[in-house]
Amino acid sequence: MSLQQMTEHAGEWLRGAGPHSDIVISSRIRYARNLAGFPFVGRANRRQRHEVLELARSQIMSNRLADNVLWVNLPDSPQLDRQLLVERHLISRQFATASNETPRSVAIAADETFAIMVNEEDHLRMQVLRSGMQLNEAYAQIDRIDDVLEAGLNYAYSRRFGYLTACPTNTGTGVRVSVMLHLPALKLTGEIEKVRRAARDMHLAVRGLFGEGSEALGDLYQVSNQTTLGRAEQEILSDFENAVVPQIITYERQARQALLRQREAQLDDKVWRAWALLTNARVMGSEEVLALLSHLRLGVNLDRIETVDLRTINELFLITQPAHLQRLTDCRMEAPARRIARAQLIRQRLGGR
Amino acid sequence: MDRKCDKCDRPATHHSVEIIKGQKIAKYLCDLHAAEEGLTFNAVHTPINELLTNFVKLHSGAAPQVGQDLSCDDCGLTFAQFREHSLLGCPQCYKAFESTLGPLLERAHEGGTHHLGKVPRRAGSGEQRQAQLMRMRKRLDDAVGAEDFELAARLRDEIRGFEEQPS
Repeated sequence: MSLQQMTEHAGEWLRGAGPHSDIVISSRIRYARNLAGFPFVGRANRRQRHEVLELARSQIMSNRLADNVLWVNLPDSPQLDRQLLVERHLISRQFATASNETPRSVAIAADETFAIMVNEEDHLRMQVLRSGMQLNEAYAQIDRIDDVLEAGLNYAYSRRFGYLTACPTNTGTGVRVSVMLHLPALKLTGEIEKVRRAARDMHLAVRGLFGEGSEALGDLYQVSNQTTLGRAEQEILSDFENAVVPQIITYERQARQALLRQREAQLDDKVWRAWALLTNARVMGSEEVLALLSHLRLGVNLDRIETVDLRTINELFLITQPAHLQRLTDCRMEAPARRIARAQLIRQRLGGR
Repeated sequence: MDRKCDKCDRPATHHSVEIIKGQKIAKYLCDLHAAEEGLTFNAVHTPINELLTNFVKLHSGAAPQVGQDLSCDDCGLTFAQFREHSLLGCPQCYKAFESTLGPLLERAHEGGTHHLGKVPRRAGSGEQRQAQLMRMRKRLDDAVGAEDFELAARLRDEIRGFEEQPS
């Protein structure tokens, strides 16, 4: 198992399987944990960071958390590999770009269902990622991993503030539950702002494809909890399972039906224009591609177009990203050359000319 | 934010930029006119992320003196430094800044003041034990810094023994 092999398939979160996968792209849960007796990463010195890294490494790698676990040492990894991991949502951008002076690594299951960053903002940031609506499965898995790690690591914890984290917005359970949703119809009908407002009222964060501050490229939205203190994991999960996600799914489905009923021609126009551009264009930026793929995906989900399947579209969402594109073509390129290679790759995959 | 619709006086809720024949055309439309125009609209992007920074600044702005001169005995972080970066220095900071952090966290967490949920099964260390561990590790660090390896080795053994003790 290597990063190169990883590049060739779409990874768990874009597998396009799992319940409600026409709308719910992926379910993700992360736990933030710190080791007792050490300063948090930002205030620890080099030696302490090394010690934390070593304690975590031996505990992670000596327990068989998965059949095959990859240990990637960030300071030794080329820029392109780091970017690749960011694009696959296995590490954060912050983790990828931090100074090489910070010893830090990530453990990744070969099937990419979990990843554990060591020495990000907290000593441990572990996540489980599943395609479709699978929060309960994700929760069972991450909780087990947490138990296994805890058996050999001493977590910083207080009765009042729970699991102690560097940023107090994460303290308590240290849990962030998030679902990535594809909401093209709500966007097209202009209803998405209402969803954002409703989410805000429920103290949920709505972010774009690549997390904090990123725009909702490709109509992909990540909805996640913000409250971690005073609410148990199960409560947060149950909110998502029973209220938040089903509600948004309903809205999106209604918007799709409304488009079909009231704007059928415009809808088909969107879908077929996307198809025409993707199969013919010669120069394409990644943002444009995400927007077009979004319309194409909507078209496939509504059976408006049968020349392409969901799996191919999901893969394209990922492999048209800069680092994946360079890995796949095995060629270092600046943005202008990438735009040409991107258009070519898409034409190949979609059978265009 | 309060931009009006290009076609009427209602507030614009939709924003789109299209490139047509090399010309960039920006449109601002209300719900009604956006619907009329068809489909291609991007909702106005509103930053949702309520960063703690804002909370901290707001909160300490309202009561500027509270907690300003506090600092953590264990890692030396001052409350002003916390305010600047929104990051605490070590687990003991929660104790050191408890009085100021409490209300702050209550706001950030929908009124949550006390942890509910998973408790580490091992719960290895009560809070005093964790503080003790922190101090031992700090001495170890000083010993390594001073290249007193004999002391460092002894401290390492002590830490191991301490961690393995049942709490």
